[in-house]
Amino acid sequence: MKFFHLIRGNLLRHKLRTSLTLLSILVAFVLFGFLCAVKQALVGGVALAGADRLIVRHKVSIIQMLPESYQARMERIPGVAAAAHQTWFGGIYQDPKNFFMQCPVVPEQFMAMFPEFILPADQMTAWLATRTGAIVGRNTAERFQWKIGDKIPIMSPIWLRKPWEFDLVGIFDGKEKGTDTTSFYFRYDYFDEARQAQNWGQGQVGWFTIKVDDPAQAAAVAQAVDREFENSPAETKTEPEGAFAQAFVNQIGNIAFIIAGILSAVFFTILLVTGSTMSQAVRERIGELGVLKAIGFTNRQVLGLVLAESCLLTVAGGGLGLALAWLLTARGDPTGGMMPMFFFPVRDILIGFALSVALGVITGILPAQQAMRLRVADALRRM
Amino acid sequence: MSDQPATNGALVRVEGVEKVFHRGTEDIHVLANLNLQVPAGEFLALMGPSGSGKSTLLNLIGGLDRPTKGRVSVAGDHIEKLSDHQLAAWRARHIGFVFQLYNLIPVLTAERNVELPLLLTHLTKAERRKHVETALAMVGLTHRAQHYPRTLSGGEQQRVGIARGIVTDPTLLLCDEPTGDLDRKSGDEILNLLQALNREHGKTIIMVTHDPHASARASRTVYLNKGELTNTPLA
Repeated sequence: MKFFHLIRGNLLRHKLRTSLTLLSILVAFVLFGFLCAVKQALVGGVALAGADRLIVRHKVSIIQMLPESYQARMERIPGVAAAAHQTWFGGIYQDPKNFFMQCPVVPEQFMAMFPEFILPADQMTAWLATRTGAIVGRNTAERFQWKIGDKIPIMSPIWLRKPWEFDLVGIFDGKEKGTDTTSFYFRYDYFDEARQAQNWGQGQVGWFTIKVDDPAQAAAVAQAVDREFENSPAETKTEPEGAFAQAFVNQIGNIAFIIAGILSAVFFTILLVTGSTMSQAVRERIGELGVLKAIGFTNRQVLGLVLAESCLLTVAGGGLGLALAWLLTARGDPTGGMMPMFFFPVRDILIGFALSVALGVITGILPAQQAMRLRVADALRRM
Repeated sequence: MSDQPATNGALVRVEGVEKVFHRGTEDIHVLANLNLQVPAGEFLALMGPSGSGKSTLLNLIGGLDRPTKGRVSVAGDHIEKLSDHQLAAWRARHIGFVFQLYNLIPVLTAERNVELPLLLTHLTKAERRKHVETALAMVGLTHRAQHYPRTLSGGEQQRVGIARGIVTDPTLLLCDEPTGDLDRKSGDEILNLLQALNREHGKTIIMVTHDPHASARASRTVYLNKGELTNTPLA
């Protein structure tokens, strides 16, 4: 670009002012990146929820259990393709801070229900052959440096209140980047049999996931499931998996709104800072803009030069900020397991880049128009 | 340097030009029914006291401003009829400006300052470089090409200004008090340069000046007083 020297020269005219403005923009975009990663961690599960999956839980609360026998009745309801259950184990590995979810499941049903978990065939075979076998997501396996063959002791404050020992037979990966690979799954038959010792909870499960034949009929199927268990001791509440995940997120608050609020405040401030820098930059060199017009630069070219300058400033600051945010978030979950899907999504990086361009245009447009409208003879008198 | 277009003998024609500035409710008549013809290849000095309208006339001829009444044509183009966009392109093609305070862009080197008008052409980078080298050689500043204006003396800055004015080989070079901010020695060097451009390269030059010493270098001098032109100095 032949005007680059002119644009760069103007930006570097006041190095300190440009550096400080650049730094403010950079910080704003680092914050943007970090908040996007937090949002991804909190609401990412909602986006990844299967459109063809419903969650069936106790009508009163998720902590109330449902009879395992419901599964067969659900599978008979027209429109239900398959069902699988999970139960909250709530175990502690070494220290309560080492949080990750553990659930007893029926392996074949579970893996068929959640194809986003990729488990090698030989490890699946091993799981089916090992009564105390368990599988874990890559994220947690790497976090605790577990490998296949390890014995994993997990203390359960709910079930038997004693350490349970599992044989790690598989490590699964996620099909997509956002897939949660922090959970730990073990066999339900081993779990249920062991529960006999405490004479409580046997034959009870936490919740069911059902797959529907036709996602368009999901609402009708959900109603049919709830009707099936109406007036029973354990009535159900059936909802799409996305709504179920959203309900969890809503316990924290309206994350998207909170994040949008913070970012709006930050970007409004940046708008003022950059806008002030650009206005000052144009005011200081009205005479020079007059010279450019005198030697033949058109009004549109002058407008373009000022806009290019403000865009270069915001894109440079924004780009550096986004890169830094990406580097910081690439190290993964900063909470040690509470936010397994903590990463800066590519979609948000692109939105951030577009935002930096928009910021440049918005902050540059008024000074650029001022420069464009200058009368040459008047401007030259202010050299 | 250039082939000047034939325009019935006169390259610049100013016919019945009037210029009125409006300041609030007051009308200030700066030029009144002014006529001037400048043949191609002439070096014309325009003298007059402060506020006589010299710079206003130069701005009208250079297409930086428009007359309230009358016509201004340069190389056959009636510039009062051109739109702002056309006028900018016309200035880039036909006019080279030299200013009293040099008006260089401080963040660009001498070489980049001279290159500025060429950025508006379709020349390649290599062609632009060649033109810049030629212009800087003509003003004797090849060795200062990489210097920023703040590291150049006033005379050197004005020579860079002249190189920028001639680099596109314009039809007309307009100089507004080119020696007004220089000492006598540097001023003489600039006048020698303008004279050489006129005599050796046939460049048509209109120079506004207060200085009789500078006007003596021109091939003709006209005097402007209270908006009217005469061929004789003011009493």
